[in-house]
Amino acid sequence: MTEAAARELSARLGSIPYAQFLGLSWRLEGQHVTAMLAYRESNVGNPLLPALHGGVIGALLEFSAIVQLAVDLGEGHLPKPINLTVEYRRSGRPVDTFSTATVTKLGRRVANVSALAWQDDKSRPIAVAHGHFLLATDSSAD
Amino acid sequence: MTDTNAPSEGERPPLAYLQFDPQGWLDAIPHGRALGIRCTGIEEGRARLEMPYRADLVGDPETGVLHGGVITTLLDTVSGLAALSALDRLRSMATLDLRIDYMRPASPEETVFAEAHCYRLTRSVAFVRGLAHHGDPEAPIAASSASFMLDTGSARKARAGETPS
Repeated sequence: MTEAAARELSARLGSIPYAQFLGLSWRLEGQHVTAMLAYRESNVGNPLLPALHGGVIGALLEFSAIVQLAVDLGEGHLPKPINLTVEYRRSGRPVDTFSTATVTKLGRRVANVSALAWQDDKSRPIAVAHGHFLLATDSSAD
Repeated sequence: MTDTNAPSEGERPPLAYLQFDPQGWLDAIPHGRALGIRCTGIEEGRARLEMPYRADLVGDPETGVLHGGVITTLLDTVSGLAALSALDRLRSMATLDLRIDYMRPASPEETVFAEAHCYRLTRSVAFVRGLAHHGDPEAPIAASSASFMLDTGSARKARAGETPS
């Protein structure tokens, strides 16, 4: 991804109100995206455990998948999710959570992306996801 | 895991939904409060929620469309509530998986409605389908399929309760 494209992507992501609402951020190392969900009490879904809301974990996984895909495409604009399947492995404890994603297949119109979310130990993910994303170059499904 | 899909043997009617206040349950969830989710209906195995549009939940500032994560959260929540409403007593549960199909962007400024049906309940697992829309289920924003594992924390918590230390 060129520096100009990275700047455009960064500006676009920085302007997403929902990302600010959740406390989502990202960093780029080489071509590798790591997304972070800062712990906030307002992201808790189970106050007894306590545990992060499953929907918020899904949002983190979708976010890292979209950002990694945009970086792989080298584009500043964002692909659209077609579907996302989240498999929950462990409850999300009230700490910062991280996510990385891998584009497993890049087609002309659609991309397959896998993502995982972890807290202290990346080898023990709290959730994994895979999804299909519509590439912006395809307008047939709009 | 063959017996997990065996039919529930209990003859007792599902009562959990009569024994608790769904809005109270929602309001006890910090993220439910943060999103402003309201329960508009609950019956055996079925639940309905609504969430008014909010600018701070937008995923695309150019269009004002809500972020997909908001829809995911709404469907996860309504699916959990539908599963709870199918139970004969309040039991702990955990989401095993959740699949979301995004069919169209949510319309800016419009309230999102979410409904879910627990169409199958076994001794260990609740299977739930859900739909998000703007008032017409024939024009869905997204559809979901989820499964929940039951009794995930009760034994542990019960033991902890008996032997406080």
